[in-house]
Amino acid sequence: MDLLGQKPTRFGFGDGLVDLGERHSNVVVLGGDITGSVMTSLFKEKFPDRFFSIGIAEQNATTIAAGLALSGKIPFFASYGAFCALRNADQLRISVCYNEANVKIGGGHAGISVGPDGATHQVLEEVAFLRTLPHMTMIVPADYQEARKATVSMGEKVGPAYIRFGRSPVPMFTTEDTPFELGKANVLMDGNDVALIANGALVWESILAAKELAKKGISARVVNVHTVKPFDFATVTQAARECGCIVTAEEHQVHAGLGGAVAECTAKNAPVPIEFVGVKDSFGGSGDPEELMVNFGLTWREIYASALVAMERRDKGSSGVRQIRDVASYQG
Amino acid sequence: MTHEMKASLDFNTTTFTNERRSPEGFAPIANEIRRDIIRMLVRAGSGHSGGPLGSADIFAVLYFGGYMRFNPAAMNDLTHDRFVLSAGHMAPVMYSALANAGCYPKQEQETLRKYNTRLQGHPGRDMHLPGVETSSGSLGQGISIAVGMAMSDKLLDKNDRRVFSLTGDGELQEGSVWEAAMSASHFGLDNFCWLIDNNDCQIDGRVPDVMNVYPIDAKCEAFGFDTIVVDGHDFSDLMRGFDRFLENQRNKTGKPTAIIAKTYMGHGVSFMNDKFEWHGKPPTKDQAVAALEELASMP
Repeated sequence: MDLLGQKPTRFGFGDGLVDLGERHSNVVVLGGDITGSVMTSLFKEKFPDRFFSIGIAEQNATTIAAGLALSGKIPFFASYGAFCALRNADQLRISVCYNEANVKIGGGHAGISVGPDGATHQVLEEVAFLRTLPHMTMIVPADYQEARKATVSMGEKVGPAYIRFGRSPVPMFTTEDTPFELGKANVLMDGNDVALIANGALVWESILAAKELAKKGISARVVNVHTVKPFDFATVTQAARECGCIVTAEEHQVHAGLGGAVAECTAKNAPVPIEFVGVKDSFGGSGDPEELMVNFGLTWREIYASALVAMERRDKGSSGVRQIRDVASYQG
Repeated sequence: MTHEMKASLDFNTTTFTNERRSPEGFAPIANEIRRDIIRMLVRAGSGHSGGPLGSADIFAVLYFGGYMRFNPAAMNDLTHDRFVLSAGHMAPVMYSALANAGCYPKQEQETLRKYNTRLQGHPGRDMHLPGVETSSGSLGQGISIAVGMAMSDKLLDKNDRRVFSLTGDGELQEGSVWEAAMSASHFGLDNFCWLIDNNDCQIDGRVPDVMNVYPIDAKCEAFGFDTIVVDGHDFSDLMRGFDRFLENQRNKTGKPTAIIAKTYMGHGVSFMNDKFEWHGKPPTKDQAVAALEELASMP
């Protein structure tokens, strides 16, 4: 896996929407005033007759989308994830998911990598909520190409779906030819000593951590779980069985997101030690994206350090190690 | 129908057609809708009596006056007009209207609120009852869904389908109702008719005491609706409202229509009339017998 440049995942969403619009005449897009930020402006320019500005009204946009979906359209509504996953939570639960309405939501500016805007705009909780909604598909793409493919895939799958993407440029490492299938995790690097299970921007950090671990003779398996729901139980269970320990990594609260999904899966199928890398029960804050990722412990260093602890817990028994120390950032 | 049939606690099989009729022609239909509401609720042992009884006259005109064009045998085809019950707790009156229109067997009304029923306590689209366009129950959402439907019809498919949605008056306290209203006029949805059941009651008391929503008409006007206030128990006045909507659509006024129907909660059953205590409870067996006897004695 090599670095192919940098681009925000929101560009992939915007381009994917245009791809979809060209293929399907019933794809329509609803704007929530920040169309330039979440890149629905590209669709608006290309298909003005199929774009509707709803203004700053996320609850209304979500339910209008449900009405359009119940009329045979494929509506996309995009805003910042802080507002189009949680402010409209009730609408998503009843009008979208309970109705099994074919509504698609694009949640932009997710995670702390939003940067200077600060905590109000850095949504870190929505994966936890969305993955509990019956009928929902929930995707967290890792880079530009994956976001583009995921956008097309979610548009072509019937049913409610949500895609989470970020504001800032992130490393590109997948190509047009990299396989992408909703609900099917990608094993990006093979290994049997520890499984690094990640999504979003933390996938690249996991690759970097795996490369560092390799220098110590540790072979790490990197699994990209881009679809949090439906969850790929088979691939994660196999990783747990063959590696014996796991590190999860996500730009989200450590509670109830990807890490939670992995823990639920392995507790049932293959209980193994897990270390969780994510935001530890706190809100974000202003700063440069890179600075924030370092300060909130969302880099390859924490994944690396967590891998060592996970392996130690596996080899020496969980309880003893846990009493000795908690995961600290890798200082090496 | 004999007096005995009308006063019976049992469901009958009489259905009614949906056509232009004289004002007095609606009375027997509204009366049967009310009796079915009583029959349903006494069996269910829970549910909302007041709103459904109070809005029965609105539903009689909406479903049986030729204003909403639908085929009872094919409610899911993509050509008929649509109704969205935003005030989901008023489900019994919609269920009764659909049964009396022949959309599903009237006997099935006895399953209201029972396990696995198509007549969920609040409408559930997953149960596929013909004529239930959407799940509703969390107030303030149905009207937005209806706006989305009307947008699809008028702006994308460019057909002449009509979309109706009924909200309560307490429901107007939900801010998202006004987001929907704003967008209905923004998009010029003259194919959209907003019905407001203005009975002035909600669970905790009179609407202005809980949270004042008045003046409703001035608010609707300000939000860009052609607004008509009607007596919700006077069939000719209700028809005047619906006729105005049809006229607006025909003339392509580019304005949505709001019909504010002044009603009394529990209307038709004297001991329930205008009593907010009847918002969310069913009649006992004795009360049901008394209510049916009273309703059976009306036209």
